[in-house]
Amino acid sequence: MSAPVKLLYFAWLRARLGQVEEEVPLPAEVRDVAGLLDWLRSRGPRYAEALRDLSVIRVAVNQDYVGSGHPVRPGDEIAIFPPVTGG
Amino acid sequence: MIRVQREDFDTGKELERLSGGDHTIGGVASFIGLVRDMGGPNQISALTLEHYPGMTEKKLVEIEAEANRRWPLAASLIVHRYGRLEPGDRIVLVATASPHREAALAACHFLIDWLKTDAPFWKSEETPQGERWVEARADDDMAKDRWR
Repeated sequence: MSAPVKLLYFAWLRARLGQVEEEVPLPAEVRDVAGLLDWLRSRGPRYAEALRDLSVIRVAVNQDYVGSGHPVRPGDEIAIFPPVTGG
Repeated sequence: MIRVQREDFDTGKELERLSGGDHTIGGVASFIGLVRDMGGPNQISALTLEHYPGMTEKKLVEIEAEANRRWPLAASLIVHRYGRLEPGDRIVLVATASPHREAALAACHFLIDWLKTDAPFWKSEETPQGERWVEARADDDMAKDRWR
């Protein structure tokens, strides 16, 4: 366990998880976005269900869109949300 | 300039301010997005826009900077609202000013296409059946790809 990351959830992902944000210590084995999503899915049925279909999940690290191989580090602000629908 | 706000905006005043005093401007182009009610099975009574404070502003600044790299604009403006809105309400204003109409029109079109796929906003609709999250549209991605 190391310093926490801040996780933010938006739109239906926020509604399904029942929370807006949380601070979690990053397990040592989690090194990138794909690893983070795998680990989140293992945290319980609510996470597993909400993050089941990664084709409708987007991730931003420190407010920039990133792909699944992007590294995650202690202290990062990591937002997880569905494709955007503004405008 | 970009603004993210709950309040409505006055389109006329915004456009006047955009071009005011700069006599090199030959044309102003604008796009206004409104809350739409298609009726029938797609009837909605309201729409709530959620956004990611911080990242929203950052993305809009980036999108605007990209438009200014591509076209010789004298001024540009993006105003995007959030919160609960009803059919007919204004959601977004994109406006561009340039010495020539081609740059203003193209940059305005570019800005709204990019904004729709890159700015972190999400819409949920109030329908007779309850709340429904709007799904992203593949043709929005295609509209953006046109500018690559």
